[in-house]
Amino acid sequence: MSTEQYLPLVALVALPILGGLLVSLLPKGNPTLPKQVALVISLLTLALGVVVGLAFDPSAADRFQLGASWDWIPAWGVSFALGVDGISLVLILMTAILVPVCILGGWADADATAGSPRGYFAWILVLEGLVLGVFAATDVFLFYVLFEAMLIPMYFLIGRYGGAQRQYAAVKFFLYSLAGGLLMLAALIGLWVVSGDQLGAGTFDYAALVGLDIPVETQKWLFLGFFIAFAIKAPLWPLHTWLPDAASEAPPSSSVLLVGVLDKVGTFGMLRLCLPLFPDASKYFTPVIIVLSIVGIVYGALLAIGQTDLKRLIAYTSISHFGFIALGIFAMTSQGQSGATLYMVNHGFSIAALFLIVGFMATRRGSRMVADFGGVQKVAPVLAGAFLVAGLSSLALPGLSSFVSEFLVLAGTFTRYPVAAVVATLGIVLAALYILLMYQRTMTGPVRPGVEGMPDLRGREVLAIAPVLAIILALGFFPQVALDIINPSVDQTMTAVGSTDPAPVVAEGK
Amino acid sequence: MVHLAVPLAETLTFPSFQYRAMAPILVVLGAAVLGVLVEALVPQGARRAVQLAVTLGGLGAALALVVATPASEQGMVAAGALAVDGPTLFLQMTILVVAIVAMLVVAERRVDPSGDAFAPRAAALVGSTEEQEQTRLGWTQTEVWPLFLFAVSGMLLFVAASDLLMLFIALEVMSLPLYLLAGMARRRRLLSQEAAMKYFLLGSFASAFLLYGSAMLFGFAGSLDFAVIADAFRDKPGQLGLQLLGLGLVSVGLLFKIAAVPFHMWAPDVYQGSPTPIAGFMAATVKVAAFGALLRVMYVALGGAAWEWQPAFWVIASITMLVGVVLAVTSSDIKRMLAYSSIAHAGFLLLGVVAFSTAGLSATMFYLLAYGLTTVGAFAIVMLVRGPSGEAGHLSSWAGLGRTSPLLAGVFALFLLALAGIPLTSGFTAKFGVFAAAIESGGVWAVLAAVLASAISAFFYLKVIVLMFFAKPGPDAPAVVVPSLLTSTAIGVAVVATVVLGVFPQVFLDLADASTPFLR
Repeated sequence: MSTEQYLPLVALVALPILGGLLVSLLPKGNPTLPKQVALVISLLTLALGVVVGLAFDPSAADRFQLGASWDWIPAWGVSFALGVDGISLVLILMTAILVPVCILGGWADADATAGSPRGYFAWILVLEGLVLGVFAATDVFLFYVLFEAMLIPMYFLIGRYGGAQRQYAAVKFFLYSLAGGLLMLAALIGLWVVSGDQLGAGTFDYAALVGLDIPVETQKWLFLGFFIAFAIKAPLWPLHTWLPDAASEAPPSSSVLLVGVLDKVGTFGMLRLCLPLFPDASKYFTPVIIVLSIVGIVYGALLAIGQTDLKRLIAYTSISHFGFIALGIFAMTSQGQSGATLYMVNHGFSIAALFLIVGFMATRRGSRMVADFGGVQKVAPVLAGAFLVAGLSSLALPGLSSFVSEFLVLAGTFTRYPVAAVVATLGIVLAALYILLMYQRTMTGPVRPGVEGMPDLRGREVLAIAPVLAIILALGFFPQVALDIINPSVDQTMTAVGSTDPAPVVAEGK
Repeated sequence: MVHLAVPLAETLTFPSFQYRAMAPILVVLGAAVLGVLVEALVPQGARRAVQLAVTLGGLGAALALVVATPASEQGMVAAGALAVDGPTLFLQMTILVVAIVAMLVVAERRVDPSGDAFAPRAAALVGSTEEQEQTRLGWTQTEVWPLFLFAVSGMLLFVAASDLLMLFIALEVMSLPLYLLAGMARRRRLLSQEAAMKYFLLGSFASAFLLYGSAMLFGFAGSLDFAVIADAFRDKPGQLGLQLLGLGLVSVGLLFKIAAVPFHMWAPDVYQGSPTPIAGFMAATVKVAAFGALLRVMYVALGGAAWEWQPAFWVIASITMLVGVVLAVTSSDIKRMLAYSSIAHAGFLLLGVVAFSTAGLSATMFYLLAYGLTTVGAFAIVMLVRGPSGEAGHLSSWAGLGRTSPLLAGVFALFLLALAGIPLTSGFTAKFGVFAAAIESGGVWAVLAAVLASAISAFFYLKVIVLMFFAKPGPDAPAVVVPSLLTSTAIGVAVVATVVLGVFPQVFLDLADASTPFLR
């Protein structure tokens, strides 16, 4: 860790949290003020994120840059240490972009509920700060603490501002996540004890922990503790059942934060912690995880096709997509992991557009059932168009961002696990089905009763959706911008795991 | 005839007492006696003020004395019957701090329209005209204060006792006043008296177990002194009968006091029936004192037999956590829920005890400090939420409290999250410490049980938060009493402690670390 403390990164984490406190303390009477203040704070956070992004040097030799570190609980070797690598940087930027989008898109989400808008936007900002902290943490204890603390804002966002089944969904979400988190805690303590045995004093410093030489049997147990927590969070089949409930009951902007941002912590954790800390165990468990990922890809897609509720449908598509991400990570090739990282970002944007637009539709129609819509493109063409672009991105149409990442994941998987890659490709076919069927049923055809007077996207909504669609297009055509940042970090992860890309078959020169 | 190990002449020399080292205990005991005199001599009108001054003064002075105990005064005192060492001082400090906070809650008079939480005359028959007359006249009593102080002095003695006889005496000095205090509730007096009776009977069982076990150990070691018993375990490995019987019975006696499963039956009834401020006081301080005594007995006197008791204790710890949380899930009364949660916490604390290491000792002590303060705060809140017939005990009446009294509900949510062990609260730091100590000592399975129990426990803590924040207030929604400065201060201290011990625990971790190991 460099001796110089890079403060903008600390500010990036602190600003939204302090901003959240500020919003919660605003006077009660004015319902618009908290929204405006929250928007300003989230834009300032984005600006800080850009500052951090510009200060980052992808070609530098150090994996973690822009570090800042203070002793926190020296008795346990815990420090408040932040730093970014390419993988965390892109996720930080994605988060910083999505939060203002969510605030704009979710401007009215809290109005019809029993809770106050102050609370809603305060929790969103606190959540943003905690998630940014998780991505930036280079101390594993800090990572864990923030990982758990994230639950609380999300819990209130769902439980207080969600739909009819919100309490059930919020508690299910919390208990699933907490159970995983506690397993991780047990493994975390185990890791700490091992570090104490090997280094003389227990530490949580990431770099020191990566350097440990842990016996394989111990690795397996510790890996499972971490992996199950992340697999619940991500979520991977069969630990996914909380997601459809939570994502469909949460208000649309919170669904975006939940599925688009919060769940990325799970896959990020696999890449950041599971692989480098427990390389042997990761390789040992790879076949199982690949199978789970593939089951998830197909299962999520099939269930998405069968859904009648638009938000549940989108939630299930995410389970399929998280399968792709996990597949890319555990394929243990640099293409696969770069693709998975890019996938996390792209998925964040396409899911944001989908959830927000479905949210707009549900507010207008008073229902989120597929059957209640039809012919929307006649009355609200802009809305339908935006929905189509977001949907096509989700099914990985070339030219839109997800295509690149899905291609990389499949290509990276194929070199090592050809069968898995072939089966996973089925997910793309099914994706075309669920997206296009959804579009066809809701947007095309005769105008259904109840849809007739549906207004098109308004100014604020356009403002929320337009940047997301722009990014989807931009990353579709120029993915290299992001990949240049991601690739060096992926290479370093691969080195830490001790994995090399299999030589291409053609290079064998027959 | 009992064979005396030492020559007769030596027993007759008056042992030297290091009064400075014993001063905290003596001050509290003195204040208690003074409190009895106040009851007899000071006119009714002025008693409350005087008693409060005596209690606060006594506890405060004792705390100052504990904190300022010079290192040179530490050691075995009173002819080896008491050990004034790091753990003793840390635990005495914890007991006194928690007792001072609890005292503020006990002194609260604004919550009940007819006075405080205690019956005007505990001896009056329930429902008698005498009782009604006393209530009408607005009588209150101040006998709780001397009893409170006697109980605290017993606790201070309990954690220092280094001799089985002293341990027993301390246990009785601590317990007898608590039995009485448990029976003094103003509302629902029959329930309160039932609680006192149960507490007394089961407590007597515990005392009997402890005493009988002490006799066995005396028979085995020829002495009641912890150090001699420890030596005997080292030097006389043969006499398994007396040794195991003594070990088992003494452990059972202490496990009763910490409410470990299967000796936990009294806890829910007693917590539910007792006046709430007393329930909070008991839940927090008795746990500290009893764990302090358990730690010393297990680490010092029975340390040589760790291989005998550790396996059993791993199992007891695991069962205690799991049974505690499962029963808590099923309870619909807030005080019973907290009682079961305290049983579960006894299980977590046992992990630190059974780790049998310096890390285990310091982690357990830190846990006691964290748990004690959070618990007092939680019970203080329970006292404030009241329906027409006293406290709103049933969980359903807590619905919607987050809307009607957001501050109170928020604070209670903080306490519940701390009890659930969510990071950045004291409960998490505490759990981390005992889990780490247990894993270091090979208790991986017990820690996995603890993780499972923590996950289950989150369910019922969360249930209350869900009710408070996500549910609509019912038609019989309780009123939240705005407390006086006394209770507000107590709750404030508990909040600060819960947050500070969670976010910046370093100072206290260091203090707990520096307060090890035991002297013998």
